[in-house]
Amino acid sequence: MLWTAGIVAVVFYAMIPVVWLISLSLKTPATVGDKKFVPQDLTLENYTTLFEGGFDSPLLRPLITSVAIAIIATTIAVTLASFTAYAIARLDFPGKALILAGALAIAMFPPISVVGPLFDMWRTLGLYDTYPGLIIPYLTFALPLAIYTLVAFFREIPWELEQAAQVDGATPWQAFTKIILPLAAPGVFTAAILVFIFAWNDFVFAATLTSSDSSRTVPAAMAFFQGESQFTAPTGNIAAAAVLVTIPIIIFVLIFQRRIVAGLTAGAVKG
Amino acid sequence: MTAVPVGRKERAAKRAAGGPGRASDKTKAERKLAYMLCAPAVVAMLLVTVYPILYAIVLSVQKIDLRFPEESEFVGLDNYVAVFTSELFRIDLFNTVLITVVSVAIELVLGMALALVMHKALFGRGLVRTAILVPYGIVTVVAAFAWFFAFDPSSGFVNSLPLIADDKAWFGDRANAFAVIILAEVWKTTPFMALLLLAGLATIDDGLYEAAKVDGANAVQRFLRITLPLLKPALLVALLFRTLDAFRVFDSIFVMTRGSQDTESLSILGFNQLISRLNLGLGSAVSVVLFVLVLLIAFVFVRGFGTATPGTQGATN
Repeated sequence: MLWTAGIVAVVFYAMIPVVWLISLSLKTPATVGDKKFVPQDLTLENYTTLFEGGFDSPLLRPLITSVAIAIIATTIAVTLASFTAYAIARLDFPGKALILAGALAIAMFPPISVVGPLFDMWRTLGLYDTYPGLIIPYLTFALPLAIYTLVAFFREIPWELEQAAQVDGATPWQAFTKIILPLAAPGVFTAAILVFIFAWNDFVFAATLTSSDSSRTVPAAMAFFQGESQFTAPTGNIAAAAVLVTIPIIIFVLIFQRRIVAGLTAGAVKG
Repeated sequence: MTAVPVGRKERAAKRAAGGPGRASDKTKAERKLAYMLCAPAVVAMLLVTVYPILYAIVLSVQKIDLRFPEESEFVGLDNYVAVFTSELFRIDLFNTVLITVVSVAIELVLGMALALVMHKALFGRGLVRTAILVPYGIVTVVAAFAWFFAFDPSSGFVNSLPLIADDKAWFGDRANAFAVIILAEVWKTTPFMALLLLAGLATIDDGLYEAAKVDGANAVQRFLRITLPLLKPALLVALLFRTLDAFRVFDSIFVMTRGSQDTESLSILGFNQLISRLNLGLGSAVSVVLFVLVLLIAFVFVRGFGTATPGTQGATN
Protein backbone atom coordinates (compact mmCIF):
# COMPACT_ATOMS: atom_id res chain seq x y z
CA MET A 1 0.00 0.00 0.00
CA LEU A 2 2.69 2.46 1.08
CA TRP A 3 4.79 1.62 -2.00
CA THR A 4 1.83 2.11 -4.30
CA ALA A 5 1.07 5.48 -2.69
CA GLY A 6 4.73 6.45 -3.08
CA ILE A 7 4.82 5.45 -6.73
CA VAL A 8 1.59 7.32 -7.43
CA ALA A 9 3.02 10.40 -5.67
CA VAL A 10 6.20 10.34 -7.78
CA VAL A 11 4.31 9.90 -11.07
CA PHE A 12 1.98 12.71 -10.00
CA TYR A 13 4.97 14.94 -9.16
CA ALA A 14 6.62 14.32 -12.52
CA MET A 15 3.56 14.62 -14.72
CA ILE A 16 1.56 17.55 -13.27
CA PRO A 17 3.26 20.34 -15.27
CA VAL A 18 3.10 18.26 -18.47
CA VAL A 19 -0.59 17.45 -18.05
CA TRP A 20 -1.24 21.10 -17.19
CA LEU A 21 0.44 22.25 -20.41
CA ILE A 22 -1.59 19.77 -22.47
CA SER A 23 -4.75 21.00 -20.75
CA LEU A 24 -3.89 24.67 -21.42
CA SER A 25 -2.99 23.94 -25.04
CA LEU A 26 -6.45 22.44 -25.66
CA LYS A 27 -8.42 25.31 -24.10
CA THR A 28 -10.33 27.76 -26.29
CA PRO A 29 -9.39 31.47 -26.13
CA ALA A 30 -12.59 32.04 -24.13
CA THR A 31 -11.74 29.47 -21.45
CA VAL A 32 -7.95 29.83 -21.28
CA GLY A 33 -8.40 32.11 -18.28
CA ASP A 34 -10.87 29.88 -16.43
CA LYS A 35 -8.17 28.59 -14.04
CA LYS A 36 -9.53 25.05 -14.30
CA PHE A 37 -7.07 22.15 -14.42
CA VAL A 38 -9.30 20.21 -16.81
CA PRO A 39 -10.30 22.00 -20.03
CA GLN A 40 -14.06 22.53 -20.47
CA ASP A 41 -14.16 23.18 -24.24
CA LEU A 42 -11.62 21.36 -26.37
CA THR A 43 -9.97 22.86 -29.46
CA LEU A 44 -6.88 22.25 -31.59
CA GLU A 45 -6.82 25.89 -32.65
CA ASN A 46 -3.74 26.65 -30.55
CA TYR A 47 -1.81 24.06 -32.54
CA THR A 48 -3.08 24.96 -36.01
CA THR A 49 -2.35 28.69 -35.62
CA LEU A 50 1.29 27.82 -34.84
CA PHE A 51 1.67 26.48 -38.37
CA GLU A 52 -0.61 28.86 -40.29
CA GLY A 53 1.29 30.50 -43.11
CA GLY A 54 3.86 27.73 -43.60
CA PHE A 55 7.41 29.07 -43.31
CA ASP A 56 6.16 32.43 -42.04
CA SER A 57 4.24 30.71 -39.24
CA PRO A 58 5.39 31.16 -35.67
CA LEU A 59 6.61 27.60 -35.14
CA LEU A 60 7.47 25.74 -38.37
CA ARG A 61 10.90 27.30 -38.94
CA PRO A 62 11.97 27.16 -35.28
CA LEU A 63 10.90 23.51 -35.12
CA ILE A 64 12.93 22.63 -38.23
CA THR A 65 15.86 24.64 -36.83
CA SER A 66 15.69 22.88 -33.45
CA VAL A 67 15.64 19.42 -35.04
CA ALA A 68 18.38 20.20 -37.59
CA ILE A 69 20.72 21.90 -35.14
CA ALA A 70 20.29 19.23 -32.46
CA ILE A 71 20.94 16.41 -34.95
CA ILE A 72 23.98 18.08 -36.55
CA ALA A 73 25.51 19.04 -33.19
CA THR A 74 24.85 15.51 -31.83
CA THR A 75 26.43 13.81 -34.84
CA ILE A 76 29.60 15.91 -34.76
CA ALA A 77 29.92 15.84 -30.96
CA VAL A 78 29.52 12.07 -30.70
CA THR A 79 31.94 11.45 -33.58
CA LEU A 80 34.67 13.66 -32.10
CA ALA A 81 34.00 12.35 -28.58
CA SER A 82 34.27 8.74 -29.82
CA PHE A 83 37.79 9.41 -31.14
CA THR A 84 38.82 11.03 -27.88
CA ALA A 85 37.16 8.42 -25.67
CA TYR A 86 38.78 5.59 -27.65
CA ALA A 87 42.20 7.17 -27.14
CA ILE A 88 41.58 7.68 -23.41
CA ALA A 89 40.13 4.22 -22.78
CA ARG A 90 42.47 2.25 -25.00
CA LEU A 91 45.76 4.03 -25.67
CA ASP A 92 48.61 4.95 -23.40
CA PHE A 93 49.68 8.56 -23.62
CA PRO A 94 50.58 11.42 -21.29
CA GLY A 95 47.95 14.13 -20.90
CA LYS A 96 44.97 11.80 -20.44
CA ALA A 97 44.13 13.19 -17.00
CA LEU A 98 44.55 16.73 -18.32
CA ILE A 99 42.02 16.17 -21.12
CA LEU A 100 39.47 14.68 -18.68
CA ALA A 101 40.02 17.50 -16.17
CA GLY A 102 39.71 20.09 -18.95
CA ALA A 103 36.50 18.52 -20.19
CA LEU A 104 35.11 18.56 -16.66
CA ALA A 105 36.03 22.24 -16.29
CA ILE A 106 34.15 23.01 -19.50
CA ALA A 107 31.11 21.09 -18.27
CA MET A 108 30.99 23.49 -15.32
CA PHE A 109 31.64 26.62 -17.38
CA PRO A 110 28.94 29.33 -17.11
CA PRO A 111 27.67 29.88 -20.70
CA ILE A 112 26.74 33.49 -19.98
CA SER A 113 30.46 34.19 -19.48
CA VAL A 114 31.17 33.51 -23.15
CA VAL A 115 28.04 34.80 -24.89
CA GLY A 116 29.32 38.41 -24.89
CA PRO A 117 32.57 37.60 -26.69
CA LEU A 118 30.80 35.07 -28.94
CA PHE A 119 28.15 37.67 -29.81
CA ASP A 120 30.92 40.06 -30.88
CA MET A 121 33.03 37.37 -32.64
CA TRP A 122 30.05 35.87 -34.47
CA ARG A 123 29.00 39.29 -35.78
CA THR A 124 32.51 39.86 -37.14
CA LEU A 125 32.71 36.37 -38.66
CA GLY A 126 29.18 36.42 -40.08
CA LEU A 127 28.07 33.54 -37.82
CA TYR A 128 25.58 35.60 -35.82
CA ASP A 129 21.99 34.38 -36.36
CA THR A 130 23.09 31.29 -38.37
CA TYR A 131 22.95 27.51 -37.81
CA PRO A 132 26.73 27.12 -37.38
CA GLY A 133 26.64 29.99 -34.88
CA LEU A 134 24.59 27.76 -32.57
CA ILE A 135 26.02 24.38 -33.57
CA ILE A 136 29.56 25.39 -32.57
CA PRO A 137 28.78 26.32 -28.94
CA TYR A 138 26.45 23.30 -28.56
CA LEU A 139 29.26 21.09 -29.79
CA THR A 140 31.69 22.58 -27.29
CA PHE A 141 29.43 22.26 -24.29
CA ALA A 142 28.16 18.80 -25.26
CA LEU A 143 31.62 17.30 -25.81
CA PRO A 144 32.49 16.87 -22.10
CA LEU A 145 29.21 15.02 -21.50
CA ALA A 146 29.80 12.80 -24.54
CA ILE A 147 33.45 12.13 -23.69
CA TYR A 148 32.70 11.14 -20.08
CA THR A 149 29.84 8.87 -21.08
CA LEU A 150 31.84 7.20 -23.84
CA VAL A 151 35.01 6.72 -21.77
CA ALA A 152 32.93 4.96 -19.10
CA PHE A 153 31.35 2.68 -21.72
CA PHE A 154 34.56 2.04 -23.70
CA ARG A 155 36.43 1.00 -20.54
CA GLU A 156 33.95 -1.86 -20.14
CA ILE A 157 34.51 -3.26 -23.64
CA PRO A 158 36.62 -6.47 -23.66
CA TRP A 159 39.02 -5.19 -26.32
CA GLU A 160 41.13 -8.38 -26.34
CA LEU A 161 38.26 -10.01 -28.26
CA GLU A 162 39.45 -7.97 -31.24
CA GLN A 163 42.86 -9.66 -31.12
CA ALA A 164 41.24 -13.04 -30.49
CA ALA A 165 39.14 -12.62 -33.64
CA GLN A 166 42.24 -11.73 -35.63
CA VAL A 167 44.05 -14.78 -34.28
CA ASP A 168 41.08 -16.80 -35.50
CA GLY A 169 41.60 -15.41 -39.00
CA ALA A 170 39.42 -12.28 -39.12
CA THR A 171 40.84 -9.22 -40.88
CA PRO A 172 41.31 -6.09 -38.72
CA TRP A 173 38.29 -4.54 -40.48
CA GLN A 174 36.13 -7.64 -39.79
CA ALA A 175 37.32 -7.69 -36.18
CA PHE A 176 36.35 -4.04 -35.82
CA THR A 177 32.96 -4.19 -37.56
CA LYS A 178 31.85 -7.62 -36.29
CA ILE A 179 33.21 -7.50 -32.73
CA ILE A 180 33.99 -3.98 -31.53
CA LEU A 181 31.28 -1.98 -33.28
CA PRO A 182 28.36 -3.98 -31.86
CA LEU A 183 29.91 -3.72 -28.38
CA ALA A 184 30.52 0.03 -28.68
CA ALA A 185 27.21 0.94 -30.33
CA PRO A 186 25.07 1.07 -27.14
CA GLY A 187 27.49 3.52 -25.51
CA VAL A 188 27.66 5.71 -28.60
CA PHE A 189 23.89 5.67 -28.85
CA THR A 190 23.51 6.61 -25.17
CA ALA A 191 25.92 9.52 -25.58
CA ALA A 192 23.94 10.65 -28.63
CA ILE A 193 20.65 10.70 -26.67
CA LEU A 194 22.18 12.76 -23.85
CA VAL A 195 23.78 15.22 -26.27
CA PHE A 196 20.53 15.57 -28.23
CA ILE A 197 18.61 16.36 -25.02
CA PHE A 198 21.27 18.92 -24.12
CA ALA A 199 21.12 20.70 -27.50
CA TRP A 200 17.30 20.51 -27.59
CA ASN A 201 17.17 22.13 -24.15
CA ASP A 202 19.49 25.12 -24.61
CA PHE A 203 18.11 28.60 -24.19
CA VAL A 204 21.04 30.89 -23.29
CA PHE A 205 22.88 30.56 -26.61
CA ALA A 206 19.67 30.50 -28.67
CA ALA A 207 18.45 33.68 -26.99
CA THR A 208 21.73 35.57 -27.38
CA LEU A 209 23.25 34.41 -30.66
CA THR A 210 20.15 34.63 -32.85
CA SER A 211 17.88 37.52 -33.70
CA SER A 212 15.30 36.17 -36.15
CA ASP A 213 13.25 33.09 -36.95
CA SER A 214 15.79 32.10 -39.61
CA SER A 215 17.90 30.39 -36.93
CA ARG A 216 15.91 30.64 -33.70
CA THR A 217 15.26 27.32 -31.97
CA VAL A 218 11.88 26.55 -30.36
CA PRO A 219 12.79 27.50 -26.75
CA ALA A 220 13.96 30.94 -27.92
CA ALA A 221 11.03 31.39 -30.32
CA MET A 222 8.59 30.52 -27.50
CA ALA A 223 10.09 33.08 -25.16
CA PHE A 224 9.67 35.77 -27.83
CA PHE A 225 6.16 34.80 -29.06
CA GLN A 226 3.90 37.78 -29.58
CA GLY A 227 0.19 37.82 -28.87
CA GLU A 228 -2.30 38.94 -31.52
CA SER A 229 -2.39 42.31 -29.83
CA GLN A 230 -0.18 43.54 -27.03
CA PHE A 231 -3.00 42.94 -24.55
CA THR A 232 -3.54 39.26 -25.31
CA ALA A 233 -0.88 36.96 -23.97
CA PRO A 234 -0.44 33.99 -26.33
CA THR A 235 -0.83 31.51 -23.46
CA GLY A 236 -2.56 28.80 -25.50
CA ASN A 237 0.00 29.01 -28.32
CA ILE A 238 2.97 28.88 -25.97
CA ALA A 239 1.41 25.87 -24.23
CA ALA A 240 0.86 24.14 -27.59
CA ALA A 241 4.47 24.80 -28.67
CA ALA A 242 5.65 23.56 -25.26
CA VAL A 243 3.71 20.32 -25.70
CA LEU A 244 5.19 19.80 -29.17
CA VAL A 245 8.82 20.15 -28.02
CA THR A 246 8.12 17.87 -25.07
CA ILE A 247 6.83 14.98 -27.21
CA PRO A 248 10.28 13.86 -28.50
CA ILE A 249 11.64 13.97 -24.94
CA ILE A 250 8.78 11.80 -23.63
CA ILE A 251 9.32 9.31 -26.47
CA PHE A 252 13.06 9.16 -25.72
CA VAL A 253 12.39 8.63 -22.04
CA LEU A 254 9.83 5.89 -22.64
CA ILE A 255 12.03 3.94 -25.06
CA PHE A 256 15.53 4.58 -23.74
CA GLN A 257 15.10 5.13 -19.99
CA ARG A 258 17.65 2.45 -19.04
CA ARG A 259 20.25 3.89 -21.39
CA ILE A 260 19.65 7.47 -20.25
CA VAL A 261 20.08 6.49 -16.61
CA ALA A 262 23.18 4.41 -17.38
CA GLY A 263 24.69 7.26 -19.38
CA LEU A 264 23.90 9.94 -16.82
CA THR A 265 25.47 8.04 -13.97
CA ALA A 266 28.27 6.23 -15.82
CA GLY A 267 30.59 9.19 -16.06
CA ALA A 268 29.88 10.60 -12.63
CA VAL A 269 29.98 7.55 -10.39
CA LYS A 270 32.24 4.97 -12.00
CA GLY A 271 34.89 7.59 -12.72
CA MET B 1 36.26 -12.78 -18.54
CA THR B 2 39.11 -10.66 -17.17
CA ALA B 3 38.96 -7.58 -19.30
CA VAL B 4 41.08 -5.02 -17.56
CA PRO B 5 44.27 -6.73 -16.30
CA VAL B 6 45.51 -7.68 -19.77
CA GLY B 7 45.80 -4.11 -20.97
CA ARG B 8 47.21 -2.92 -17.69
CA LYS B 9 49.90 -5.58 -17.56
CA GLU B 10 50.89 -4.82 -21.11
CA ARG B 11 51.21 -1.16 -20.36
CA ALA B 12 53.11 -1.78 -17.13
CA ALA B 13 55.51 -4.06 -18.99
CA LYS B 14 55.91 -1.46 -21.70
CA ARG B 15 56.74 1.19 -19.14
CA ALA B 16 59.22 -1.06 -17.35
CA ALA B 17 60.97 -1.90 -20.61
CA GLY B 18 61.10 1.51 -22.21
CA GLY B 19 60.96 3.96 -19.33
CA PRO B 20 59.52 7.43 -19.83
CA GLY B 21 62.63 8.87 -21.46
CA ARG B 22 63.27 6.15 -24.04
CA ALA B 23 59.87 5.52 -25.55
CA SER B 24 59.89 2.67 -28.03
CA ASP B 25 58.68 3.17 -31.58
CA LYS B 26 55.42 1.42 -30.76
CA THR B 27 54.81 3.73 -27.80
CA LYS B 28 55.59 6.76 -29.95
CA ALA B 29 53.17 5.62 -32.65
CA GLU B 30 50.50 4.99 -30.00
CA ARG B 31 50.97 8.47 -28.56
CA LYS B 32 50.84 10.06 -31.99
CA LEU B 33 47.59 8.25 -32.76
CA ALA B 34 46.16 9.28 -29.37
CA TYR B 35 46.95 12.95 -29.93
CA MET B 36 45.49 12.84 -33.42
CA LEU B 37 42.30 11.30 -32.04
CA CYS B 38 42.01 13.83 -29.23
CA ALA B 39 42.96 16.94 -31.18
CA PRO B 40 39.61 17.75 -32.86
CA ALA B 41 37.60 17.55 -29.63
CA VAL B 42 40.22 19.46 -27.63
CA VAL B 43 40.37 22.24 -30.24
CA ALA B 44 36.55 22.44 -30.39
CA MET B 45 36.34 22.69 -26.60
CA LEU B 46 39.05 25.35 -26.28
CA LEU B 47 37.83 27.48 -29.19
CA VAL B 48 34.49 28.34 -27.59
CA THR B 49 35.63 28.54 -23.95
CA VAL B 50 39.25 29.55 -23.42
CA TYR B 51 39.51 31.98 -26.32
CA PRO B 52 36.20 33.78 -25.54
CA ILE B 53 36.93 34.01 -21.81
CA LEU B 54 40.33 35.59 -22.60
CA TYR B 55 38.54 37.88 -25.04
CA ALA B 56 35.98 38.69 -22.30
CA ILE B 57 38.87 39.75 -20.03
CA VAL B 58 40.18 42.02 -22.80
CA LEU B 59 36.71 43.51 -23.34
CA SER B 60 36.17 43.99 -19.61
CA VAL B 61 39.02 46.50 -19.26
CA GLN B 62 37.63 48.68 -22.04
CA LYS B 63 34.74 51.02 -22.38
CA ILE B 64 32.86 49.39 -25.26
CA ASP B 65 29.26 50.21 -25.96
CA LEU B 66 28.13 48.88 -29.34
CA ARG B 67 25.63 51.74 -29.59
CA PHE B 68 28.55 54.20 -29.46
CA PRO B 69 31.44 52.24 -30.99
CA GLU B 70 33.56 55.33 -31.72
CA GLU B 71 33.83 56.08 -27.98
CA SER B 72 35.70 52.83 -27.16
CA GLU B 73 38.76 53.25 -24.94
CA PHE B 74 40.91 51.43 -22.38
CA VAL B 75 39.60 52.10 -18.87
CA GLY B 76 41.56 49.63 -16.73
CA LEU B 77 39.54 48.24 -13.85
CA ASP B 78 36.79 50.88 -14.02
CA ASN B 79 34.19 48.34 -15.18
CA TYR B 80 35.01 46.06 -12.25
CA VAL B 81 34.78 48.98 -9.83
CA ALA B 82 31.42 49.85 -11.36
CA VAL B 83 30.23 46.25 -10.96
CA PHE B 84 31.37 45.81 -7.36
CA THR B 85 30.06 49.17 -6.18
CA SER B 86 26.66 48.78 -7.81
CA GLU B 87 23.65 48.00 -5.67
CA LEU B 88 22.25 45.82 -8.48
CA PHE B 89 25.27 43.52 -8.48
CA ARG B 90 24.98 42.97 -4.73
CA ILE B 91 21.26 42.22 -5.01
CA ASP B 92 21.84 39.83 -7.93
CA LEU B 93 24.70 38.07 -6.17
CA PHE B 94 22.49 37.62 -3.11
CA ASN B 95 19.61 36.32 -5.28
CA THR B 96 21.88 33.86 -7.09
CA VAL B 97 23.34 32.52 -3.83
CA LEU B 98 19.86 32.31 -2.29
CA ILE B 99 18.39 30.37 -5.22
CA THR B 100 21.43 28.08 -5.34
CA VAL B 101 21.52 27.28 -1.62
CA VAL B 102 17.78 26.83 -1.13
CA SER B 103 17.12 24.81 -4.27
CA VAL B 104 20.16 22.55 -3.87
CA ALA B 105 19.28 21.92 -0.20
CA ILE B 106 15.70 20.94 -1.05
CA GLU B 107 16.88 18.82 -4.00
CA LEU B 108 19.36 17.01 -1.76
CA VAL B 109 16.68 16.00 0.77
CA LEU B 110 14.05 15.13 -1.87
CA GLY B 111 16.58 13.44 -4.12
CA MET B 112 17.91 11.33 -1.25
CA ALA B 113 14.39 10.26 -0.29
CA LEU B 114 13.60 9.40 -3.88
CA ALA B 115 16.87 7.47 -4.30
CA LEU B 116 16.26 5.46 -1.11
CA VAL B 117 12.71 4.61 -2.23
CA MET B 118 13.90 3.53 -5.67
CA HIS B 119 16.78 1.54 -4.16
CA LYS B 120 14.46 -0.39 -1.84
CA ALA B 121 11.49 -0.67 -4.20
CA LEU B 122 10.60 -4.24 -5.07
CA PHE B 123 8.25 -3.28 -7.85
CA GLY B 124 7.46 -0.17 -9.87
CA ARG B 125 11.12 0.89 -10.09
CA GLY B 126 10.92 1.14 -13.87
CA LEU B 127 7.78 3.25 -13.70
CA VAL B 128 9.29 5.63 -11.16
CA ARG B 129 12.48 5.89 -13.20
CA THR B 130 10.53 6.68 -16.37
CA ALA B 131 8.42 9.25 -14.54
CA ILE B 132 11.33 11.15 -13.02
CA LEU B 133 13.20 11.26 -16.31
CA VAL B 134 10.43 13.49 -17.68
CA PRO B 135 11.44 16.51 -15.55
CA TYR B 136 15.11 15.78 -16.31
CA GLY B 137 14.56 15.69 -20.07
CA ILE B 138 12.02 18.46 -20.44
CA VAL B 139 13.24 21.77 -21.88
CA THR B 140 13.92 24.19 -19.01
CA VAL B 141 12.04 26.99 -20.76
CA VAL B 142 9.01 24.68 -21.15
CA ALA B 143 9.09 23.73 -17.47
CA ALA B 144 9.36 27.40 -16.56
CA PHE B 145 6.33 28.25 -18.70
CA ALA B 146 4.35 25.36 -17.19
CA TRP B 147 4.93 26.62 -13.66
CA PHE B 148 4.51 30.26 -14.70
CA PHE B 149 1.08 29.53 -16.23
CA ALA B 150 0.16 27.39 -13.22
CA PHE B 151 0.77 30.28 -10.81
CA ASP B 152 -0.21 33.14 -13.12
CA PRO B 153 -3.24 34.84 -11.51
CA SER B 154 -4.99 35.28 -14.88
CA SER B 155 -4.89 31.64 -16.01
CA GLY B 156 -3.31 29.43 -13.36
CA PHE B 157 -5.06 26.58 -11.57
CA VAL B 158 -3.05 27.16 -8.38
CA ASN B 159 -5.15 30.15 -7.31
CA SER B 160 -8.31 28.09 -7.65
CA LEU B 161 -7.00 25.56 -5.12
CA PRO B 162 -8.43 25.68 -1.59
CA LEU B 163 -6.62 27.84 1.01
CA ILE B 164 -5.09 30.07 -1.70
CA ALA B 165 -6.51 33.52 -2.37
CA ASP B 166 -8.18 33.76 -5.79
CA ASP B 167 -6.24 36.84 -6.78
CA LYS B 168 -2.86 36.10 -5.18
CA ALA B 169 -0.23 37.78 -7.38
CA TRP B 170 2.62 35.26 -7.21
CA PHE B 171 4.92 37.32 -9.40
CA GLY B 172 4.00 40.62 -7.75
CA ASP B 173 6.51 40.42 -4.93
CA ARG B 174 10.01 39.12 -4.44
CA ALA B 175 9.40 36.34 -1.89
CA ASN B 176 6.54 34.68 -3.80
CA ALA B 177 8.31 35.03 -7.14
CA PHE B 178 11.38 33.33 -5.65
CA ALA B 179 9.20 30.56 -4.25
CA VAL B 180 7.86 29.74 -7.73
CA ILE B 181 11.30 30.08 -9.40
CA ILE B 182 12.84 27.73 -6.82
CA LEU B 183 9.92 25.30 -7.17
CA ALA B 184 10.53 25.13 -10.94
CA GLU B 185 14.26 24.56 -10.43
CA VAL B 186 13.71 21.88 -7.78
CA TRP B 187 11.07 20.11 -9.86
CA LYS B 188 13.34 19.90 -12.88
CA THR B 189 16.61 18.90 -11.26
CA THR B 190 15.70 16.68 -8.29
CA PRO B 191 15.61 13.61 -10.60
CA PHE B 192 19.22 14.19 -11.63
CA MET B 193 20.25 14.31 -7.97
CA ALA B 194 18.16 11.19 -7.22
CA LEU B 195 19.68 9.19 -10.09
CA LEU B 196 23.27 10.05 -9.12
CA LEU B 197 22.55 9.12 -5.49
CA LEU B 198 20.81 5.92 -6.58
CA ALA B 199 23.89 4.91 -8.57
CA GLY B 200 25.96 5.64 -5.45
CA LEU B 201 23.65 3.50 -3.29
CA ALA B 202 24.04 0.60 -5.71
CA THR B 203 27.79 0.51 -5.03
CA ILE B 204 27.29 -0.11 -1.28
CA ASP B 205 27.68 -3.75 -0.22
CA ASP B 206 24.42 -5.10 1.26
CA GLY B 207 26.46 -7.31 3.59
CA LEU B 208 27.41 -4.24 5.60
CA TYR B 209 23.76 -3.61 6.46
CA GLU B 210 23.23 -7.27 7.42
CA ALA B 211 26.28 -7.15 9.68
CA ALA B 212 25.09 -3.89 11.27
CA LYS B 213 21.64 -5.39 11.83
CA VAL B 214 23.18 -8.41 13.54
CA ASP B 215 25.13 -6.00 15.77
CA GLY B 216 21.85 -4.31 16.71
CA ALA B 217 22.10 -1.04 14.73
CA ASN B 218 18.71 0.55 13.99
CA ALA B 219 17.68 2.04 10.66
CA VAL B 220 18.76 5.58 11.57
CA GLN B 221 22.17 4.38 12.77
CA ARG B 222 22.61 2.30 9.63
CA PHE B 223 21.81 5.33 7.47
CA LEU B 224 24.15 7.67 9.39
CA ARG B 225 27.04 5.24 9.93
CA ILE B 226 26.97 3.21 6.70
CA THR B 227 24.95 4.88 3.95
CA LEU B 228 26.09 8.48 4.40
CA PRO B 229 29.86 7.88 4.71
CA LEU B 230 29.92 5.43 1.80
CA LEU B 231 27.68 7.68 -0.29
CA LYS B 232 29.91 10.70 0.33
CA PRO B 233 31.81 10.56 -2.99
CA ALA B 234 28.62 10.29 -5.09
CA LEU B 235 26.93 12.88 -2.88
CA LEU B 236 29.70 15.43 -3.32
CA VAL B 237 29.83 14.97 -7.09
CA ALA B 238 26.06 15.42 -7.31
CA LEU B 239 26.23 18.51 -5.07
CA LEU B 240 29.09 20.00 -7.09
CA PHE B 241 27.28 19.55 -10.40
CA ARG B 242 23.99 20.88 -9.11
CA THR B 243 25.51 23.83 -7.23
CA LEU B 244 27.36 25.05 -10.31
CA ASP B 245 24.30 24.45 -12.45
CA ALA B 246 22.00 26.34 -10.08
CA PHE B 247 24.51 29.18 -9.86
CA ARG B 248 24.06 29.77 -13.61
CA VAL B 249 20.25 30.02 -13.27
CA PHE B 250 18.86 31.94 -16.23
CA ASP B 251 16.01 30.28 -18.14
CA SER B 252 13.41 30.09 -15.35
CA ILE B 253 13.92 33.70 -14.25
CA PHE B 254 13.93 34.96 -17.84
CA VAL B 255 10.59 33.29 -18.52
CA MET B 256 8.86 34.08 -15.23
CA THR B 257 9.89 37.60 -14.22
CA ARG B 258 12.68 38.76 -16.57
CA GLY B 259 14.29 39.90 -13.34
CA SER B 260 11.50 42.21 -12.15
CA GLN B 261 10.65 42.46 -8.41
CA ASP B 262 14.40 42.25 -7.70
CA THR B 263 14.60 38.63 -8.81
CA GLU B 264 17.55 39.07 -11.20
CA SER B 265 20.35 36.48 -11.11
CA LEU B 266 23.95 37.18 -12.13
CA SER B 267 23.38 35.45 -15.48
CA ILE B 268 20.37 37.70 -16.17
CA LEU B 269 22.48 40.73 -15.21
CA GLY B 270 25.17 39.67 -17.68
CA PHE B 271 22.57 39.08 -20.40
CA ASN B 272 20.97 42.49 -19.84
CA GLN B 273 24.29 44.33 -20.03
CA LEU B 274 25.62 42.38 -23.00
CA ILE B 275 22.63 41.75 -25.20
CA SER B 276 19.90 44.20 -24.20
CA ARG B 277 22.12 47.23 -23.56
CA LEU B 278 24.99 46.14 -25.85
CA ASN B 279 27.43 47.33 -23.19
CA LEU B 280 30.18 44.82 -23.93
CA GLY B 281 32.70 46.30 -21.50
CA LEU B 282 30.53 46.28 -18.40
CA GLY B 283 28.77 43.04 -19.42
CA SER B 284 32.12 41.30 -19.91
CA ALA B 285 33.21 42.41 -16.44
CA VAL B 286 30.06 40.73 -15.05
CA SER B 287 30.86 37.61 -17.15
CA VAL B 288 34.42 37.44 -15.81
CA VAL B 289 33.24 37.89 -12.21
CA LEU B 290 30.68 35.09 -12.67
CA PHE B 291 33.38 32.86 -14.17
CA VAL B 292 35.72 33.51 -11.22
CA LEU B 293 32.90 32.77 -8.74
CA VAL B 294 32.21 29.43 -10.47
CA LEU B 295 35.93 28.60 -10.32
CA LEU B 296 35.92 29.44 -6.59
CA ILE B 297 32.93 27.16 -5.91
CA ALA B 298 34.57 24.29 -7.83
CA PHE B 299 37.84 24.90 -5.96
CA VAL B 300 36.09 24.81 -2.57
CA PHE B 301 34.35 21.54 -3.46
CA VAL B 302 37.47 19.83 -4.80
CA ARG B 303 40.01 21.09 -2.26
CA GLY B 304 37.83 21.91 0.73
CA PHE B 305 35.47 18.94 0.75
CA GLY B 306 37.77 16.57 -1.15
CA THR B 307 35.30 15.94 -3.96
CA ALA B 308 36.86 13.34 -6.23
CA THR B 309 36.13 14.73 -9.66
CA PRO B 310 34.83 12.03 -11.97
CA GLY B 311 37.50 10.41 -14.09
CA THR B 312 40.47 11.33 -11.94
CA GLN B 313 40.81 7.92 -10.31
CA GLY B 314 40.43 6.07 -13.59
CA ALA B 315 42.65 8.35 -15.64
CA THR B 316 45.82 7.62 -13.75
CA ASN B 317 45.96 3.90 -14.42
